Amino acid sequence: MTMVQIEPAHEQPAGDRRRPPAGASPARRVIRTGFVVTAVALVAATFTYPLLWLVSASLKPRYQVFDNVLVPREVRPENYTSLLDAVPFLTWFGNSMIVGVMAAVTVTLSSALVAFGFAYFRFPGRNLLFLLVLGTMMLPAAVTMIPTFLIWQEFGLSQTQVPLWAHNVFASAFYVFLLRQFFLSLPRDTFEAARVDGCGYVGLFWRIAMPLCRPALIVVFIFEFRASWTDLIRPLIYLQDEALYTLPRGLKAVLDAFGQGGEQQWEIVMAASVLATVPLIVLFFCAQRYFVEGIATQGRKG
Amino acid sequence: MSADVSTVPVAPPMSRGRRWRAAWRRPETRWAYLFLLPWILGFLVFTAGPMIASLVLSFTDYDVINAATYVGGENYQRMVEDPQVRTALFNTLLYTVIHVPLSIAIALALAVLLNQIGGRFAGFFRTVFYLPAMTPTVAVGVLFLLLLNGQNGLVNAALGVFGIDGPAWTTDPAWVRWGIIIMSLWTIGGTIVILFAALKNVPADLYEAARIDGAGAWRQFREVTVPMISGSLFFVIIVNTIASLQMFTEVYTMFYGNAQSQLQASDSALFYVIYLFRQGFQFLEMGYASALAWGLFVIVLVVTLVQVKLGDRFVYYEGDDR
Repeated sequence: MTMVQIEPAHEQPAGDRRRPPAGASPARRVIRTGFVVTAVALVAATFTYPLLWLVSASLKPRYQVFDNVLVPREVRPENYTSLLDAVPFLTWFGNSMIVGVMAAVTVTLSSALVAFGFAYFRFPGRNLLFLLVLGTMMLPAAVTMIPTFLIWQEFGLSQTQVPLWAHNVFASAFYVFLLRQFFLSLPRDTFEAARVDGCGYVGLFWRIAMPLCRPALIVVFIFEFRASWTDLIRPLIYLQDEALYTLPRGLKAVLDAFGQGGEQQWEIVMAASVLATVPLIVLFFCAQRYFVEGIATQGRKG
Repeated sequence: MSADVSTVPVAPPMSRGRRWRAAWRRPETRWAYLFLLPWILGFLVFTAGPMIASLVLSFTDYDVINAATYVGGENYQRMVEDPQVRTALFNTLLYTVIHVPLSIAIALALAVLLNQIGGRFAGFFRTVFYLPAMTPTVAVGVLFLLLLNGQNGLVNAALGVFGIDGPAWTTDPAWVRWGIIIMSLWTIGGTIVILFAALKNVPADLYEAARIDGAGAWRQFREVTVPMISGSLFFVIIVNTIASLQMFTEVYTMFYGNAQSQLQASDSALFYVIYLFRQGFQFLEMGYASALAWGLFVIVLVVTLVQVKLGDRFVYYEGDDR
């Protein structure tokens, strides 16, 4: 499981590694780089345009939503107040916040606990159980969807927000895998030293491993918060009462009522989409480093 | 780890059963299982239990209100004969077979370009490419419902610049599947980030050596880049395939729910999980939906195992002597 790092050749002077490839003059390199940057910038503009269009459309009067002009000819911030008057959007927003934080907090703590168990201890059945953890990552959610619904119904919780996050109390395979990698990378001597000083296993976990893994914990938290914030299928199954809706379910309701097949008030649907998107974009810019690090780590094999 | 072996007194050989019992007496083992307890409980209650339950349900007729009745293999037979299952399977597999290679090829091309740029610029563009992936899935569906609109959508406006008269992506049954694929290419940011990170880890000396051996850009890509990032490539292929086979949210947002779109009649946007969801939770055919769920499980399992088998042949792991 250890990764062999290819060491850079230290005898080489540092500057030597960056020398331009033989046969390419500096001028040609600059032209090539300029060409590549331009190409990438064009693609990047294409990727960004729909988001800008969305914001712009949410500020246009109804009959101009489809005019495909980026800067609205008339700005109508009233679209947003019309939305808030028509549906309990702020309630949905609050619901999403609560469910998202509950889901993220529970999954972070429980997954860290389990991951530490796998990373620190040596015990019979460890490899078999870890294989089982990896195996469950492949299991389509649809396979357990119906019995899970019946379980919550049995508990009388099938019409509440509890099923949207409560399974997270029991850890999640993907995060266990991710956090185990981080725990394994901590030097074992740190733990042994603490053991000698009389630190118990709970102390090892809570006072030593957890603080050292803060970046990884933040990664898990924001990943799960985002997953919860965009989840549609669970709210569709469990939430019938409009007052309990989370944002994705609410946004779908807005689309059904004001857009497709509804009243064709697309400016209201656009405003709702913007309000549902902004928090995630803000979260991304605040925690960009963790997102990028977390996603890049996924691709590295264990 | 191997260093402390010498300090531990060598125990006399024990039988397997005695070793197991001895290990259980160690407090370390009990502590370990205590730490694992949340996952073990969750596995039993929310994974293993429901899996068995849905297998049992798949042989019954169950509508939540009345008690389940045993119907033998009827649900599975119905599944094989159901033309809508065939349509849903076709749509889902077609989407997977096109979306996965196409999105990974585009993501890889962009990652390679980012790697060529390097430095702060590359970081900036990476952020931009990742932004669409931060858009809530329902909002992506809403947005593309408008962008793909046949009369005044942005996609057709862009095609119009090149003199192409774009089709009605959201209403013409012949074009809906392609519209969904266009939409799916907007959110490849995660794949780009993974592949870009892998590319940055390829040691520069390897390219240097290849260049000295006279390899051109394409050969360097084929014989240095691809093998060196094959682990990450393999990962994104598997993950994207599993996700594609379970496509639900965007398509459900666009074409299902209360909104009566004429498309529902033609089923050209019917994906497997959408069909399963509707059978289970809208028509309350829980027994049939459970059979469909096990069908999906078998499909995902087979596809993944085939990919893993094939992957073993071409994935190169660092420090591996195979």
